[in-house]
Amino acid sequence: MRIGIDVGGTNTDAVLMDGMAVKSWHKSPTTPDVSTGIMNALRTVMEEGGAAPSDISAVMIGTTHFTNAVVERKRLLEVAAVRLGLPATKGLPPMVDWPPDLGQALGYHRYLVHGGHEFDGREIAPLNEAELKAACKDMVAKGVRAAAITSVFSPVNPGMEDRAAEIIAEEVPGVALSLSHQIGRVGFLERENATVMNACLADLAAKVVQSFKDALATLKIEAPFYISQNDGTLMTAEYVEKYPVLTFASGPTNSMRGAALLANAKEAMVVDIGGTTSDVGMLIHGFPRESSVAVEIGGVRTNFRMPDVLAFGLGGGSLVRDEGSRIGPDSVGYELTERALVFGGDVLTTTDIAVAAGLADIGDKSKVAHLSADLIETAITTMHRMVDEAVDKMKTSAEPLPVILVGGGSILMSRDLPSASEIIKPDHASVANAIGAAIAQVGGEVDRVFSLEGLGRDKALAQAKDEASEKAVGAGARPETVQVVDIEEVPLAYLPSSATRIRVKAVGDLEMSA
Amino acid sequence: MRLNREDLIDLCRGAAFLGTGGGGDPYIGRLMVEHAMAESHPVEIIDPSEVPDDALVLPTAMMGAPTVLVEKLPRGDEAVKSLQRLEQHLGKKAFATMPIEIGGINSTMPLVVGARLGLPVVDADGMGRAFPELQMETFAVYGVSGTPMAITNEYGDCTLVQTHDNKMMEWIARGVTIRMGGAAYIAEYPMTGEEVKRTSVPNTLTLALRIGRCIREARENHINPFQALLDLLPKTPYAYGKIIFHGKIIDMFRETRAGFAAGRARIQGLDEWAGVMEIEIQNENLTARVNGELKVIVPDLICIMDSETAEPITTETLRYGQRVTVMGVAVPPIMRTPEALAIFGPVGFGIDEPFTPIEEMH
Repeated sequence: MRIGIDVGGTNTDAVLMDGMAVKSWHKSPTTPDVSTGIMNALRTVMEEGGAAPSDISAVMIGTTHFTNAVVERKRLLEVAAVRLGLPATKGLPPMVDWPPDLGQALGYHRYLVHGGHEFDGREIAPLNEAELKAACKDMVAKGVRAAAITSVFSPVNPGMEDRAAEIIAEEVPGVALSLSHQIGRVGFLERENATVMNACLADLAAKVVQSFKDALATLKIEAPFYISQNDGTLMTAEYVEKYPVLTFASGPTNSMRGAALLANAKEAMVVDIGGTTSDVGMLIHGFPRESSVAVEIGGVRTNFRMPDVLAFGLGGGSLVRDEGSRIGPDSVGYELTERALVFGGDVLTTTDIAVAAGLADIGDKSKVAHLSADLIETAITTMHRMVDEAVDKMKTSAEPLPVILVGGGSILMSRDLPSASEIIKPDHASVANAIGAAIAQVGGEVDRVFSLEGLGRDKALAQAKDEASEKAVGAGARPETVQVVDIEEVPLAYLPSSATRIRVKAVGDLEMSA
Repeated sequence: MRLNREDLIDLCRGAAFLGTGGGGDPYIGRLMVEHAMAESHPVEIIDPSEVPDDALVLPTAMMGAPTVLVEKLPRGDEAVKSLQRLEQHLGKKAFATMPIEIGGINSTMPLVVGARLGLPVVDADGMGRAFPELQMETFAVYGVSGTPMAITNEYGDCTLVQTHDNKMMEWIARGVTIRMGGAAYIAEYPMTGEEVKRTSVPNTLTLALRIGRCIREARENHINPFQALLDLLPKTPYAYGKIIFHGKIIDMFRETRAGFAAGRARIQGLDEWAGVMEIEIQNENLTARVNGELKVIVPDLICIMDSETAEPITTETLRYGQRVTVMGVAVPPIMRTPEALAIFGPVGFGIDEPFTPIEEMH
């Protein structure tokens, strides 16, 4: 059996799963001392599910620790931002577009060194080891213990980052190293930003991983544990210590993946209706479709693999106005239980409409008995239209898809949607994120520019697929379960040399001994 | 006038609008200008009328793939070196630099040069929008030679190009650019002040700034940004604009043709807009038709914008489901003469159809 845990800012959710079936689940407020919260959650789901520590084969954890540390600028290390790319790249130094408070927290230690590659794999310059060693001396003198190495076009050729890492490890004893080709894709500043953020989390990562280990040890669970990353795949504890930044935004991904399992659908739209807003995303092969635009975290632009999610202003606390024809975007939020009509308040909310229409039994039904049938009908139609439009906006084709409704606000939806082939409201939807963590797979990704001249498109694609599959196996996937789930080709515009950027993602089931 | 940071953000938004889907994301360009201004000089924009007739003006730009530029960031002074190489070759100092292209990232490159050298930047350009090739310039149309031209990489390696015509210049320069790693920095079309006034599309830097500012202020004041733009255009050289469609993208088709990102967007009408709009794309938006009937054709502008925010959408980020509003804009008369249309009218893109001004379309 597996346990999935989602440690969010508000709640810690846990599920015990036997295969793909939910045996027990638990939801509790997140404690300031995280390992206590995790221990309580683990203990409760094991007791309720009748599982002994020896029955557990793996524990999967989703966490917002690292995102929050960056957003709050707390517990961050100073970082040496080592860039390999001179004489190019000098026009924009590392951390150039960062919020100054975050840049200062990291010390603005910037080292530019000759090196890097062209898009076709040629060297811009050989790695200048003397310059790099001088940078190392400076790092030692300043007591900088974390370094982020970013080389131009390292997604095409990672060799120089690897070599630089060897040198820095030798010259700066005990340094924590982050290599950009392990973190991001083509798009230099965004990848460098993510790598620097990763480096500043090195100490915290070690501590968090240790506290998870301690929690499991106290409960005598000997199974390995994994942490989920933003693309819905898993990392080992050792890998998280090196690459904590990859946990950023794993929450929405887990939630969507959990919904996919609960609804038994691989191609579907997921609508998560909360108290204030709803999120819509699309599942392709059981994974969320990823965003193609840059995302900001803590004010820093990155190009992480984030699920493409559209938020819109419909939730269980949304205000209903104009005889039901206008809903939201404002909401009474967490004050729903004081301000909604059914709770004796004076604000007409969507929850009141659901109660008046007999869709939900919450609060005091008599307090909404006066609402006219017209108003109720108009409001229900408006809510369905809002969801339908959002779903339609996020789909990639006109074909209707199943729509999976999760979240507390899903009581608002009672009718068919023109954009949906069917509506699914699964059980256990409130812990979809913990379920998503529990069922996560391991993956491998290739993203680089291939020159098609000589190689040819088919061969380039085949090569990219093989590499992605090998990476998945290297990350711990059972080889026979690995499949390619995503292929993207983007020709380089304004460059008639048939160079194409190819991105391939492969995933497989986790190899488990127990 | 001097540019500040907010002006730059506005200018880049306006440049994306004028890029009609192409020209690359100006984000890196904006950062480069900001960084150059912080290290060197503020940027001074001057009106073409302020350039003496006999003064030398050297336009500067990036050439190649924006996709390469976002990975291999420039050293920062490549275009400066190209300009200086031309100065040396011509034996004369430049009075100012200027853009060759106002759409996309090339609106910002001369600003970097201006900041680095303390050189004024002329408020004009040679495309009045974005085009894919270097001979597609009003400068060329009205008799200015693109060469001598200088192309420089991050080492300061520099190629001086001298060709018998501007098409050959484009051909050779593109080859050099690939050898230089797919993105290189150029100075070309050396001109006198008289030629700038006679052959350039005037006041396009400030036009980009005004368009970007107009969209931002409309959002801030909760007024309709499309109406605000339509109100603004008659006060500019791009005097005529209209909303030609509003709808939802129902199909995106993309392919590569000879190194260019080609494709077609199909938009299903919403609200009072009936039918399906089809937009042909070759890096930039070339034609817009509704149910087969032509509405706008190159070089007039076809600008696809997000229906809610009026943010211009580039070709790479168009996708199914987006709610878009399409605006057609008349380019100034200097871009619509028979000589101009022969180079960057429909025929320049292999479209077998005459140019019809947007004002005359139904």
